[in-house]
Order: sequence, then structure tokens, then C-alpha cells
Amino acid sequence: MTMSMSMNEKTPPPSPPPLAGEGRVGVKLTEQQQRARRARSIAIAVSLGVLVILFYIVTLVKGPGVLNRPL
Amino acid sequence: MSVTLSHAEPSIAGVGDYIALMKPRVMSLVVFTAFVGLLIAPGHLHPVIGLTALLCIAVGAGAAGALNMWYDADIDARMTRTAARPIPAGRVAPGEALAFGLTLAVFAVVVLGLLVNVVAAGLLALTIAFYVLVYTMWLKRSTPQNIVIGGAAGALPPMIGWAAATGGTAIEPILLFLIIFFWTPPHFWALSLYRAEDYARAGVPMLPVVAGEAETRRQILLYSLVLAPLGATPWFLGYAGPLYGVLAVAAGAVIVALALRVRGERNGHAASKQMFAFSILYLFLLFAMLLVDRVAGGMFGRFTA
Repeated sequence: MTMSMSMNEKTPPPSPPPLAGEGRVGVKLTEQQQRARRARSIAIAVSLGVLVILFYIVTLVKGPGVLNRPL
Repeated sequence: MSVTLSHAEPSIAGVGDYIALMKPRVMSLVVFTAFVGLLIAPGHLHPVIGLTALLCIAVGAGAAGALNMWYDADIDARMTRTAARPIPAGRVAPGEALAFGLTLAVFAVVVLGLLVNVVAAGLLALTIAFYVLVYTMWLKRSTPQNIVIGGAAGALPPMIGWAAATGGTAIEPILLFLIIFFWTPPHFWALSLYRAEDYARAGVPMLPVVAGEAETRRQILLYSLVLAPLGATPWFLGYAGPLYGVLAVAAGAVIVALALRVRGERNGHAASKQMFAFSILYLFLLFAMLLVDRVAGGMFGRFTA
């Protein structure tokens, strides 16, 4: 009896660390925040796309002289 | 159980708020004057390179606007005219505006340097730095000469446009720089005459707040007297044709007449509002006519290339 009491009083072993995303209290975005984030992400993607296309076209326009730039 | 988040609330800033941070109306004037500088420059520039230069100048101007709004958020919140801007309205966090402005500035300068030329990129970097560090952070809060000296930042775009086309500079773009430089004080002081309370509340030492209305009206007239002949200088020196000359002289006469009305105004600010509105038209007309003159290719008797 005494033995079982002492067993019961022991602090339980620490639980293993949660797996990624498991049991975490995350930030819940409101619908407005989600819409705004999506719009910003699209704008960033479009800007980067424009930049890539710009570099491509300018490379075509300048031809082999693209690297010939006096500093 | 309540969870206290240590970090800021997720942003609700939309794309429109970031566009507003770039001050699109100021940007349009910057792009227009840079376009004129680029187009009146001698030599041939491939349209794609020209458009790239204008895009970079527009983005650079937007970056300067965003950094200005980041630093001046406290002032903007106290002024009626600017209280609805994205940061004082709480739609964009100051840190977001700072990151946005710095990112755009770096991209604009680096891309201009890589795709167009290093001189234009250097001038764009100088313009952004001057506007943010010299005007916004230093002069704006410390001296009534803030918009006089700070006006240099707004006057540089035609020189950037010219440099994008030629890789250097010359008398013509310096003349355009001077026209915008001397145009800036009467333009902004006319505005500040009827916004003086706003500026006083925000603690910005604009001329009417520090030196009074009478002195501001006198200074508007003095700068207009310099601006009017300066506006016609491209014609005097043979860089533009007689059509430009006639327009510049006529528009200069109107500017001086309006400045005289502002000087003589005792009650209300009707003349100041007219002066402010016409000053925008004045600059637009002069630069548009330079463009017409160049596109017409000497049809109007321009005697130098």
C-alpha cells in the first residue's frame, strides 16, 4: 500500500516534445487578414515575375554586349 | 485559457495600401519629368532600356515616398491632409513600411545600374538618400528652408532621365533641375499658406508658421520672379524652339501675376489656392512643351541639336 502511494505521488514523466505543428497554439488569421496576405503574396510574385522578364528582355536587347558595362 | 501573443497582429495591409505608401501622384510627376529628360537627350536609346530606366525611377521615387511616410508617421497623424495615410490610419505597421521602402530602393538602384548605367543609378541613389536623409530626417523638422533645399531631390529626376540616355550630364538637364528647384518653394509655400494650422499643429517649421504669412507671400513673389525668366532659359539658350519660348514667357507672366495677387491678398486664401493649382499646370506645360519641341524635331525653329 505504502509502496503504491509513493508510486502515485511521483511526478509523471515529461511528455515528449510535440511534433511539428502538433498541439501548438498558432495565430489564427481572420478572413480579412488571409485575403490581404494572399493579395500581397500575389503582388510579390507578379513583381518578381516582371523582374525576371525584364532581365530576360534586356539581355536579348543588349545581346552579347550585356556584360560590357563600363564602371 | 487566454493566449497573449508577444508579436504584432498579422497585417491587414492590402496592395492598395502599399501603393499609397509610394505616393503615386508625386511619383507620376517624377516619372514625367524624368521622361522629358530622357527624351530630349541626344542620341538613340532603345525603347526597352528607356522603359526600364523609367520603371526604376518610378520605383525609386516610390521607395523615397514609403521611407518618408515611415519616418513622418507622427507628423502625418497630426495633420488633417495626411492623417488617413496607411501608417497613421493603422493599416500598415511602421516596420513594414521601412522594409518595403528599403527593399524598393535597393532594387531600383541596383536594377538601374545593371540594366541601364551606373551614372543614372548613382543619381537615383543620391535622390533617394537626399530626400530621406537630408529633407525628411533633417531639414523638414528643423528649418523653414526645408522645402527650398529639399527641393533638390524633386528636381533631380530630369537629370536621371538624361543620364540614363547619355551616361552623363549637360547644361540642358541642369537647366531643368534649376527650373524645378526654383518652382518648388512658391508651389509648396502657396499650399502651406492655407495649411499653416495643420503644419503648426504637427510642429513642422514651414515658413508661414515661423515667419508669418506676410513674409511667405513676399518670398513666393521673389521666387516667382526668378522662376519666370528661368523657365524661358531653354529657349534663350537655343535648347528649345520659339513655341516653347512663347509658352514659357506667357506661363511665367501668369505665375508672377498670381504671385502678386498672393502678395496683395489680405483676407482668405483664394489667391494662394490659385497659385498652388496653377504652379502644377505651369510645370506640366513647360515640360510637355519641351517634349513636343523635341518630338517635332526642330519644326519650330530650334537652332541647336
